[in-house]
Amino acid sequence: MTKKQKKVFVRIIAAAVLLVGFSFLPVEGYLRFVLFMIPYAIIGYDILKKAVKGIRNRQVFDENFLMAIATVGAILLGDYKEGVAVMLFYQIGELFQSCAVGKSRRSISSLMDIRPDYANVERDGVLEQVDPDEVEPGTVIVVQPGEKIPIDGVILEGKASLNTSALTGESLPREVREGDQVISGCINMTGVLKIRTTKEFGESTVSKILDLVENSSSRKSKSENFISKFARYYTPAVCYSALALAIVPPLFSMLALASEPQWGVWVYRALTFLVISCPCALVISIPLSFFAGIGGASNAGVLVKGSNYLETLSQTKYVVFDKTGTLTQGVFEVTGIHHSSMEQEKLLEYAALTESFSSHPISKSIRKAYGKELHQERVSEVKEISGNGVTAKVDGIPVAVGNGKLMNQLGISWKECHHVGTIVHIAVDGEYAGHIVIADVVKPTSAQAVAELKRAGVRRTVMLTGDADQVARKVAEELCVDQVYSELLPADKVQKVEEMLEHKNAKEKLAFVGDGINDAPVLSRADIGIAMGALGSDAAIEAADVVLMDDDPMKIVKAIKIAKKCMRIVYENIYFAIGIKAICLLLGAFGIANMWAAIFADVGVMVIAVLNAIRALYVDKL
Amino acid sequence: MKKTYKIEVDCANCANKMEQAAKKTAGVKDATVNFMALKMIVEFEDGQDPKSVMKEVLKNCKVVEDDCEIYL
Repeated sequence: MTKKQKKVFVRIIAAAVLLVGFSFLPVEGYLRFVLFMIPYAIIGYDILKKAVKGIRNRQVFDENFLMAIATVGAILLGDYKEGVAVMLFYQIGELFQSCAVGKSRRSISSLMDIRPDYANVERDGVLEQVDPDEVEPGTVIVVQPGEKIPIDGVILEGKASLNTSALTGESLPREVREGDQVISGCINMTGVLKIRTTKEFGESTVSKILDLVENSSSRKSKSENFISKFARYYTPAVCYSALALAIVPPLFSMLALASEPQWGVWVYRALTFLVISCPCALVISIPLSFFAGIGGASNAGVLVKGSNYLETLSQTKYVVFDKTGTLTQGVFEVTGIHHSSMEQEKLLEYAALTESFSSHPISKSIRKAYGKELHQERVSEVKEISGNGVTAKVDGIPVAVGNGKLMNQLGISWKECHHVGTIVHIAVDGEYAGHIVIADVVKPTSAQAVAELKRAGVRRTVMLTGDADQVARKVAEELCVDQVYSELLPADKVQKVEEMLEHKNAKEKLAFVGDGINDAPVLSRADIGIAMGALGSDAAIEAADVVLMDDDPMKIVKAIKIAKKCMRIVYENIYFAIGIKAICLLLGAFGIANMWAAIFADVGVMVIAVLNAIRALYVDKL
Repeated sequence: MKKTYKIEVDCANCANKMEQAAKKTAGVKDATVNFMALKMIVEFEDGQDPKSVMKEVLKNCKVVEDDCEIYL
């Protein structure tokens, strides 16, 4: 608790003890009034002061005013106990609310822990701590174990395990070594790293993320705007109704029915009305739900740029994916070895050795699939036949690795492959030895993600790609995507998304998921743009509305589930708070609900709504 | 030009009122109050001096909500 909160807490305890104590004293008349004024003054002096100031500034209809009128009214009617109690519970509610808000602020700021305080720069052989803002791009910085990487850069020296969980929500550490790109915000867990910075601090990942999260609740959702508008009309409306309730029925019964006016009864009812009417529960719980939702999402590695996007995301019915880098890894991998006349491992070894001098992506993927160390001295007479392949001697045996054309040239008969991808044929010692299939692989969780999206209420999944139709169809079939458009240029993708936007119902939202490379225009054109694997890609962070910190497609499902949960909580709170208040107002008007019920309708509802709002923070199990 | 200021305010409704007050201040193009981050983002009209405009903003905010603070 802060100092301010502690002070209020002490006042609450003091006033509560006095209130209970005095209730048992057998005193009457003025003395009773004076006694009850003590706890009233302790608990309510600041509210009364604010109410007076509000009236002076012509800002009448606020909570302070409501509370002041209600309690002073109750005391004038002789209900001292109720008057003090209303003020007491109001303060308890305020204290509770301020603690709850403080708690969620703190959980968000635990994410803000990624902000680095300093960078170590070596000057004249001595390490110096400087403000990261002052480090120029190209400077060499040193990051010691336990420290955060302050600025994006490339590792010059050293290797280490990095903890990226604050950025991605991923608990497995990432291994990095010389030549690797590293991003700011990761924590170096093991070795000393020398890093050459590639960006200014302000342009580094960490700054961008902090900026994004800190400004996220500035974009307000429709529900939030509805509530602030509602509050603006609601409070005055209730005040005037209360006034009418206090005056009209007594006058009516006096003049029209010629019976007792019963002023006391009706004024009491009007005061009950005022206490119930306080809009705090709504005004606080709706933004708090969004805030908690956005906070929970960022802890799970899903950055949402504003509560309006959380709202849109929850209504997503169409999900359009980019293929490469989103549903697939975007890198080539060996996916199969067929018709091998020898052990597959052996075939791969021959291919890898033959290709060991090449820097072609296909050679790289073959070497990666082999995975063991290559002794290049075993290879001689390497000849690269541009566009076709490589021939060489491995341990003195002639080996040819390449496409069908190369095999034809060498007069070796080869077998056609039915699999989709790039086919690399291998001949050893003049004999056909089999072929290797290299393709862009689907991410392990893609199929599951598409299925889960359907379960989460997404009506249609669509895949867009610039790839060949055959490849696109195979991937779509494997993942059970509803629709595929292939061989598209980046501009065609925008057009396709626009077509889909036109044909759908306005209430059903369309989300586009891409990796931020080449698809920034589509990201901004869709109802909601989701960029994945944003670590290091500035364009994506800027163009997208939702940024997934790593490239796991399951995070899309998670994002939608978080949004749905958050919106459910928001609606629960709106209906619950307005519903209870409406019922209590009605009961109050007929004299069935007394001041105590009114206190529940005000403070009780607020406490429940705030507790409910905080639930939005917990998204682990979604 | 846009600037961000740290603010101190106790309740969400008061934050809304501050936002309204700031928006109505002369020289302010747009203003948003982020109650959760306790920040006020003010967009100034061209050629306005942020310092003097912010003094007015603070004054207007104090009128609607006495118990608030903007750290200039």
